[in-house]
Amino acid sequence: MGSYSSIYNRIQVRGPFDPGVPMKPGSDERIQSKAFSYWLGKIGDPQLGPLYLGWSGAASLAFGFIAIEIIGLNMWASVDWDPYAFVRNIAFLSLDPPPAKYGLNPLVPLGDGGWWILAGFFLTTSILLWWVRSYTRARALGMGTHTSWAFASAIFLYLSLGLFRPILMGSWSEAVPFGIITHLNWTASVSVLYGNWYYNPFHMLSIVFLYGSTMLFAMHGATILAVSRFGGEREAEEIVDRGTAAERGALFWRWTMGFNATFESIHRWAWWFAVLTTFTGAIGVLLTGTVVDNWYLWGVKHGIAPSYPSVYPSFPIPDEATRSVMQ
Amino acid sequence: MAMLSFERKYRVRGGTLVGGDLFDFWVGPFYVGFFGVTAIFFALLGSLLIFYDISQGNETNVFAFSVNPPSIKYGLGLAPLDEGGTWQLVTMCAVGAFSSWALREVEICRKLGIGWHVPVAYSFALLAYVSLVVIRPLLLGAWGHGFPYGIMSHLDWVSNVGYQFLHFHYNPAHMLAVTFFFTTTMFLGLHAGVILGAVNPGKDEVVKYGEHENAYFRDYICYSVGPYGIHRLGLFFALNAGFWSAVCIIISGPFWDRGWPYFFDFFLKTPAAIGNVAY
Repeated sequence: MGSYSSIYNRIQVRGPFDPGVPMKPGSDERIQSKAFSYWLGKIGDPQLGPLYLGWSGAASLAFGFIAIEIIGLNMWASVDWDPYAFVRNIAFLSLDPPPAKYGLNPLVPLGDGGWWILAGFFLTTSILLWWVRSYTRARALGMGTHTSWAFASAIFLYLSLGLFRPILMGSWSEAVPFGIITHLNWTASVSVLYGNWYYNPFHMLSIVFLYGSTMLFAMHGATILAVSRFGGEREAEEIVDRGTAAERGALFWRWTMGFNATFESIHRWAWWFAVLTTFTGAIGVLLTGTVVDNWYLWGVKHGIAPSYPSVYPSFPIPDEATRSVMQ
Repeated sequence: MAMLSFERKYRVRGGTLVGGDLFDFWVGPFYVGFFGVTAIFFALLGSLLIFYDISQGNETNVFAFSVNPPSIKYGLGLAPLDEGGTWQLVTMCAVGAFSSWALREVEICRKLGIGWHVPVAYSFALLAYVSLVVIRPLLLGAWGHGFPYGIMSHLDWVSNVGYQFLHFHYNPAHMLAVTFFFTTTMFLGLHAGVILGAVNPGKDEVVKYGEHENAYFRDYICYSVGPYGIHRLGLFFALNAGFWSAVCIIISGPFWDRGWPYFFDFFLKTPAAIGNVAY
């Protein structure tokens, strides 16, 4: 009670290693790798581990390792296996999806995007297995699976970008490349190609929830730290048996803005804001190019964007140009 | 009275910064205080100025309503009301209202005997706003570099300023800010998920507490940052999102006036980068 620290822990409590609460029958043993980290203890709990591996965790790590190997070795090959160039240029290297001529053909030559399909397959399998793990670990401890469903919303956005939208568009080439700078280039390009995503209402919603999530975590994190001198960080305990920490936290917001959440409902607000960030983002992705070709013109049509005056003379378009598009 | 069942014993006198007991009262659920009076003054005046400015135009579409900053020809001087002067007054009112709000939060913290974390956090958001409409225009030498107050017009401003620098994703501070925004949101989903999962465990299960929250994240990702640590981490990441957003726009123009992709030229001119990759 006496010690109160905001930025880092001045006092580290180093009790005996916590081996974890019992799991339900059907689980393997935990890996009791015991470690304490002084520097982790500066910001949070110093205890590292134990770890539960299980079949889904082991398979997920294996598939993820293969995906990263495929991506990394392709990048390395693109600089003629020069290790120095690989490290120095890592931000600019890329593993690109197949070009448009292959459509949705799964049997693309490896060097022409086939490796991208394989990397995507292994990475997706790894992520889905990691989701299974998030679910089974919660059930094994007798807890709700809220974390898993929040994770599922993020996976939905990932699959919309790399799988669902390319299928709807009929071409792998619509998907995102694996690369640090190249995925940023893809993001900028897809916005401009489809008439500026600022006019995409689901992009607007996604940003509202992204900024809203950040604001909520600042409000919530700050509130809990502010009432931690009354034990407010023990949230589950305060939810079932309200103490003065929860009361002071609630009254702070009630007196500030006339409204307050409870210790439980703030986590419902938070969960929905985080989940809707990726969910609305995914809807915006799936509509682009499939339902809406140009978000600016969509905005003009629905009265949210001004139409610019036509300052160019009408431009004659040769028949051949339009015919090839219509086919 | 709009009071919660436990609220009366917390409604005590004291904790004010300014004004002693004069404004130390509540209106409904709201605490007033000296800064409550100044906040409502600035908020009302600013809102009325926004309505006045919109009423002077012929626009009827709510998405197109916009209070625009003055032309850059006025530099850092005052502009006539109908040519951006209203925007300047609205901006003064906004800064006054936001600052009052932060100081009012401090008074409420003092009254409740809790830390000042929320007003400190709020001041980061205030810093980001002031960066956009005061600091950057001051550095660039014209109030016209502020952003317009309108639903679509502020999006157009963000889009246009972004493309003036060709590709804003290459702005290193923007990269940091975006990373902090996304990571904060991920942490929020994980934290909210585990707390809701602990106290809503499903049929025939008892409610779980900290031991199970720790066990879940240790089993899942080998580390649990703990109930105190996650709030410190979430707050730290959220404040960094706001801070680096402010940095990324302040450096755009005053300290870097070319396209952001050119920023990485120094890197591409290093010996390893030349001759290995075709750009």
